[in-house]
Amino acid sequence: MITFTMNGAALQVERGSTLLEAAQFYGFPIPTLCHMEGLSPYGACRLCVVEIDAKTRSRLVSSCTYPVQEGLVVRTASVRVVRTRRMILELLLASCPQSKTIQDLAAAYDVRHQRFRQEYEDCILCGRCVRVCEQQMMAKAIGFRGRGENRGIGTPFDVQSDTCRLCGACMYVCPACELRCSYAEPEKAICGGCANLSPQCVNVDKFDDIMCYMNPCVACEIVQR
Amino acid sequence: MMGVRMNPEDIFRLVDKHNGRHGCIVSILEDIQAEYNFLPRRALRIVASRTGRSLVDIYALATFYRSFSLKPKGRHMVSVCMGTACHVRRSPDVLDGFEQHLGIGAGETTRDREFSLSTVNCLGACALGPVTVIDGEYYRNVRSGDVGRILEHACRDENILKMTEDEQVFSVNVSCPHCNRSLMDHEHRLDDYPMVRVTVSFRRKHGWVRLSSLYGDYRIESEYEITPGAVVQFFCPSCHAELRSGRLCTTCDAPMIILFVRGGGTVQFCSRRGCKEHMLDLVDEEDMRS
Ligand code: FES
Ligand code: FES
Repeated sequence: MITFTMNGAALQVERGSTLLEAAQFYGFPIPTLCHMEGLSPYGACRLCVVEIDAKTRSRLVSSCTYPVQEGLVVRTASVRVVRTRRMILELLLASCPQSKTIQDLAAAYDVRHQRFRQEYEDCILCGRCVRVCEQQMMAKAIGFRGRGENRGIGTPFDVQSDTCRLCGACMYVCPACELRCSYAEPEKAICGGCANLSPQCVNVDKFDDIMCYMNPCVACEIVQR
Repeated sequence: MMGVRMNPEDIFRLVDKHNGRHGCIVSILEDIQAEYNFLPRRALRIVASRTGRSLVDIYALATFYRSFSLKPKGRHMVSVCMGTACHVRRSPDVLDGFEQHLGIGAGETTRDREFSLSTVNCLGACALGPVTVIDGEYYRNVRSGDVGRILEHACRDENILKMTEDEQVFSVNVSCPHCNRSLMDHEHRLDDYPMVRVTVSFRRKHGWVRLSSLYGDYRIESEYEITPGAVVQFFCPSCHAELRSGRLCTTCDAPMIILFVRGGGTVQFCSRRGCKEHMLDLVDEEDMRS
């Protein structure tokens, strides 16, 4: 067990936990975006920043990737942390305002407008889809490519991948594209992206290791009958 | 003439050379890039299956580094520096000059695959700015009016080939006249120059032969001993086409063998073991275009 201080309280957690896990365990809320249970920590969105007092002066670190250390002093909601989070949210709003997830997070921090050039990106490069594809679906059909402002996500050569099983998990976990079409016409709140995929259950005997995020949807059984 | 032919065997060879060392993927891709001047799609798929890595990772690497290209590149790489120091000294005009002269934009390759134009951000030679690098050679204080002269200079260099200290001996870099694949064998060197590898057949025997790439040097290594005076058939190890020029040796009437010399031109030599008849024909860029 490691003893450390979080928001003034002396706490204990198991060795190897991250600050985020510790905070969640003790009930201190920390907003996250790229973090997802079951996927490896990635530290891309920086929304989960917390302030730690290392020996001389305090530092901001991403709590989802930072392991708890003996005697660490952590603040999860200090003025500096909140200011930083609000700035990050403004930047996220500037790049991807149509995301419901980002809108909700911004609202929770009372960020009502942003001061940067407005863009409408489809992707914030949080890497959730890439990780779910590799770590949960064992497919590794999509990945990052390019770098800098040309960095993007897709299948190699942008052609259909041989390892993709069309499970749809990447769309399911994406914070940018879920419910994308809902902002102007709420009655069309379902984007229908999945309807454009040929559902994998139709070819159910093509894969012996089938995994479906719609589980327990019974569509495949209906089709088979 | 640059139709890209790729032999899976060659990719296998390049991959196996690094026999699965950790972090070898970049070296493999570098080798493939050096061989084909770009990374063919099929080659990447082969690398993935041969090394057991996923294609996604290989593709990520191939798109990450600027030195890799997924599109065929020209023979000459023109890089115009757009770094801050060069920028304030008018490198945008220089880029314009190159774009107009070559008729392509930055990041593109001319139709004849002679030039690829790219921009870079600071070459670390700001004092010389604006700087342009062509095939590793730095041109300093470039003005947009110099563009034509610089390109000419870059091409002319090709025909001089690599001279060694004693000016008489130089190494030729040859390729197959049918498939244009390089015949240079970098693994086997003679006097530190890569040798030329071809397959030969004579008296119903088939095997490899390595020739010295030094012009005017007759040393060879071969799988079977070739009896002096025997006339040998030469083949390209990649496309297996026979390398005959159609001319006959003026000394002994045996068929002449022809190879392309990188940089334009051909080298011919007699197919009879021991006959020293040979000729080197270097062509100017100008003639080649006409
Ligand atoms: S949740 Fe920690 S960096 Fe995104
Ligand atoms: S925004 Fe996360 S994968 Fe596209």
